[in-house]
Amino acid sequence: MTARVGVVTFPGSLDDKDAARAVRIAGAQPVPLWHDDADLKGVDAVVLPGGFSYGDYLRCGAIARFAPIMTELVPAARSGALPVLGICNGFQILCESHLLPGALTRNESLHFINVEQRLRVESAGTAWTNRYTAGEEILVVLKSGEGRYTAAPDTLDELERTGRVVVRYTGGAPNGSERGIAGITNEHGNVVGLMPHPEHAVEALTGPSEDGLGFFTSVLAHLADGVPAGSSAR
Amino acid sequence: MARVIVDVMLKPEILDPQGQAIVGACGRLGFAGVEQVRQGKRFEVEIEGEADEARLADVRRLAETLLANPVIEDFELRVE
Repeated sequence: MTARVGVVTFPGSLDDKDAARAVRIAGAQPVPLWHDDADLKGVDAVVLPGGFSYGDYLRCGAIARFAPIMTELVPAARSGALPVLGICNGFQILCESHLLPGALTRNESLHFINVEQRLRVESAGTAWTNRYTAGEEILVVLKSGEGRYTAAPDTLDELERTGRVVVRYTGGAPNGSERGIAGITNEHGNVVGLMPHPEHAVEALTGPSEDGLGFFTSVLAHLADGVPAGSSAR
Repeated sequence: MARVIVDVMLKPEILDPQGQAIVGACGRLGFAGVEQVRQGKRFEVEIEGEADEARLADVRRLAETLLANPVIEDFELRVE
């Protein structure tokens, strides 16, 4: 049976169509989800896409966190059952929801950054990265103004110690992220958030590479295996 | 009606590049002697009735839940 992967549209989401397209190219069925409906429509996994939900009012992701769809999503994600990928604004929403630790703050340079960025996959043990090899380098787009990952030093230490840093910027973080962190996962490995955009790197015609497709094929492999994320050695 | 002011500031250990940019501007504009600027947010919350303990507790909960992100920000309440 074809896996069904939901993509949530918030007011101000920009990359929901691209995320749905990446899901389709990976071989799954994208299912549009609406921020104002507390209904996950029985999907097998969810992508929180990039953009500027609710105009980034207050803080990026701070309002989206309380959207009706999140009342369904948060408990399912926290339990380890539902794979959730947050890209860019989606990562900010996951941090504001406390599904992931830390926060994303203003880029150190104060400039909006729009570059093709090399990343190193640090953990291939998550629901969204199992088709990569740890240490593999990928090229995807980074486009954000508030992408500087920060967390308390002991939280950063714990993320490193438990293999929960998923992707890291190579050659230094352009936004000043602490320890070069571009993306992290929760303790179950089912929730992954990252600032760069794998959904924009899924085919040669429109992206800098096809390196991002692995995130979407990974979740299909994860769902097909029926193995809880994080059960394999990272 | 009462008005409760909620001041939200980045925690001291969190980098504030906006504040640093303001310090840079101070120098260029001739405001010598400005060593540091930290930028924050001020919320004016108007509530029904008196700002008694229970209502202030509500505003505090609002600040913790929505107005501030306790991971990176501290906040202070005062009644105006």
